[in-house]
Amino acid sequence: MNAITKRPESLLDVTMHYCPGCGHSVAHRLIAETMDELKIRERTVVVAPVGCAVFADKYFNCDSIQGPHGRGPAIATGIKRAKPDSIVFSYQGDGDLASIGMAEIVHAAARGENITVIFINNAIYGMTGGQMAPTTLVGQTATTAPKGRNPLLQGFPMNISEMLSKLESPRYIERVSVDSAPNVIKAKKAIKKAFENQVNKIGFSFVEVLSICPTNWGVTPLKGLDFLREKMMPQYPLGVFKDEKESVAQKIQEGK
Amino acid sequence: MAEKVLMKGNEALAEGAIRAGCRFFAGYPITPQNEVPEYMSWRQEEVGGAFVQAESEVAAVNMLYGAAATGVRSMTSSSSPGVSLKQEGITYLAGSDLPCLIVNVMRGGPGLGSIAGGQADYTQATRGGGNGDYRTIVLAPFSVEELGNFPKKAFELSEKYRIPAMILADGILGQMMEGMSYNFEPVDPAALCVKPWAIGPNTTGRKRNQVYSYGLAEGELEAMVLKRAERYALVERDEVIYEERNTEDADVLIVAYGISARASIAAMEIARAKGIKVGMIRPITLWPFPAKRIAELASKVKAVLCVEMSLGQMKVDVDLAVNGKTPTYLHAKSGAFFPVAEEIAVAIESALNGKKEQLFNLADLAEKATNERAEAKNAPCKEGALL
Ligand SMILES: Cc1ncc(C[n+]2csc(CCOP(=O)(O)OP(=O)(O)O)c2C)c(N)n1
Ligand code: SF4
Repeated sequence: MNAITKRPESLLDVTMHYCPGCGHSVAHRLIAETMDELKIRERTVVVAPVGCAVFADKYFNCDSIQGPHGRGPAIATGIKRAKPDSIVFSYQGDGDLASIGMAEIVHAAARGENITVIFINNAIYGMTGGQMAPTTLVGQTATTAPKGRNPLLQGFPMNISEMLSKLESPRYIERVSVDSAPNVIKAKKAIKKAFENQVNKIGFSFVEVLSICPTNWGVTPLKGLDFLREKMMPQYPLGVFKDEKESVAQKIQEGK
Repeated sequence: MAEKVLMKGNEALAEGAIRAGCRFFAGYPITPQNEVPEYMSWRQEEVGGAFVQAESEVAAVNMLYGAAATGVRSMTSSSSPGVSLKQEGITYLAGSDLPCLIVNVMRGGPGLGSIAGGQADYTQATRGGGNGDYRTIVLAPFSVEELGNFPKKAFELSEKYRIPAMILADGILGQMMEGMSYNFEPVDPAALCVKPWAIGPNTTGRKRNQVYSYGLAEGELEAMVLKRAERYALVERDEVIYEERNTEDADVLIVAYGISARASIAAMEIARAKGIKVGMIRPITLWPFPAKRIAELASKVKAVLCVEMSLGQMKVDVDLAVNGKTPTYLHAKSGAFFPVAEEIAVAIESALNGKKEQLFNLADLAEKATNERAEAKNAPCKEGALL
């Protein structure tokens, strides 16, 4: 019998602590496959966030650093500037990236750091127990918004991919989802491209992954998938927001 | 002796760091340390290093965290309000056992305070400053020459013990110009040993490295903290640096660091001319603090006089060392007023003769405050009135 699939070498054979159905583990697998396929495992450094993915540093079979809440893009900047041959990715949740770490992600993007950012949007604070995130939908309940997010009090959800795509430097920004097999395949393509861009020195690449948090949404994983498709996708449309083929350096050289 | 060149303190510091092999700098503008990032912006490029003007001090210190984790000699600099913001990163650097250099060119505080020099971040610097049980090695220069030569010392100590190092200077030192000569040959970063714990750029031929400060399994964090404490013990035992002047026959012992020590030297001359036997110990490492030596010297004098630009922050350490065996006094200038030799000279005499002039005693303020409050008893909201 031939095995048609196996654990990527870039993903360690350890027990993950993610809840059943959680999107984090799918995203991990896609990143690890990408690292294998691009043969960059030895060169890669994962910057683990504060959030449910805090132990990403225990799961990826590469160098790692775990940093303060939201500061991943600044840490990645430090690593990449000090060791430009490293392949550096910052893995972040939506509280981490879109709330406390907003300044760091926007400025790393604005500087056009040649790094890869994987942004897991599950519309909630997972690790701390289901508090409202900047990405929580209008009307969606959270432990700090028991009556649901009220735009009059808490404003509207933030669409990070759209926001970042208004900047000049970022080269690639796409929003994907891991709710179905076809979407997982698309997500894989996007993640791979975001790493390829770094390898080819194209520049700042960002993939937002719509993901489910059944535990804090208080639903089964299957119901969670329905919520993602029916409620999250209208607010967070999938698609490519930016895709530049050339690095900023190439563009400037060509006087474009 | 090497030829001296006239240099501004902040520039001597930046050039000293480059010569010490620093190849990563991240910072954010703040007076009175702006010359450091300005100098680094072109100098790092010249030597093939990296310079990033960060979006904030929080980002700068986290860039430092990433860069330091690669084993490259890395640094950030700021001044008091900015260093408050950096505490987040400093505790992660300490908790992850990363060597690096953080510079605080102190200004007056609290809050926005003033842009002139200050020394009121002593407690923050020597006790850790961020969350958790940790220390940073703190070097306190008192001249442009020391400012320029200390980065190398700081990097070496920091790497030897894997403890973040801080240079605690002040706005006066940062801004003043003096003769500068470097007491070491420029360090070639390529000649430094490869750090076995560093991350990037390639794991081929070694195990993967993990940089982190957490320990969630039972007993894990305590083991990490205790392991680190062993290194703290070595630092306290082996790395204390101080300078003594005129201590052999002294009746009064001044304890002062940084710019306060400069003023104290001038005060000592005034007092000695009057026949008062006064000596000085200048802590150069604030942590580890020269407690043992201060205790020895204190046992031989009639009074100990602390001179600092803060309301007794350093005196806490002096009192712990002296342990009540000799009376201790404080001449304090907080709020960015500089210590003046003539006033310190008066304080020396007061300390010797049991007088109050030019000595700061918090208890003396209580009576004044009580009277002011009594006068304001008819104010509409007397509890909250800022008198
Ligand atoms: C400075 C700081 N503030 C707050 C926390 C507490 N905290 C831990 S995880 C977390 C939320 C993470 O949520 P998110 O980024 O959405 O990731 P998820 O857990 O959903 O994957 C918070 C607020 C912290 N560790 N540090
Ligand atoms: S709490 Fe939510 S985000 Fe965290 S592991 Fe569980 S399902 Fe995933």
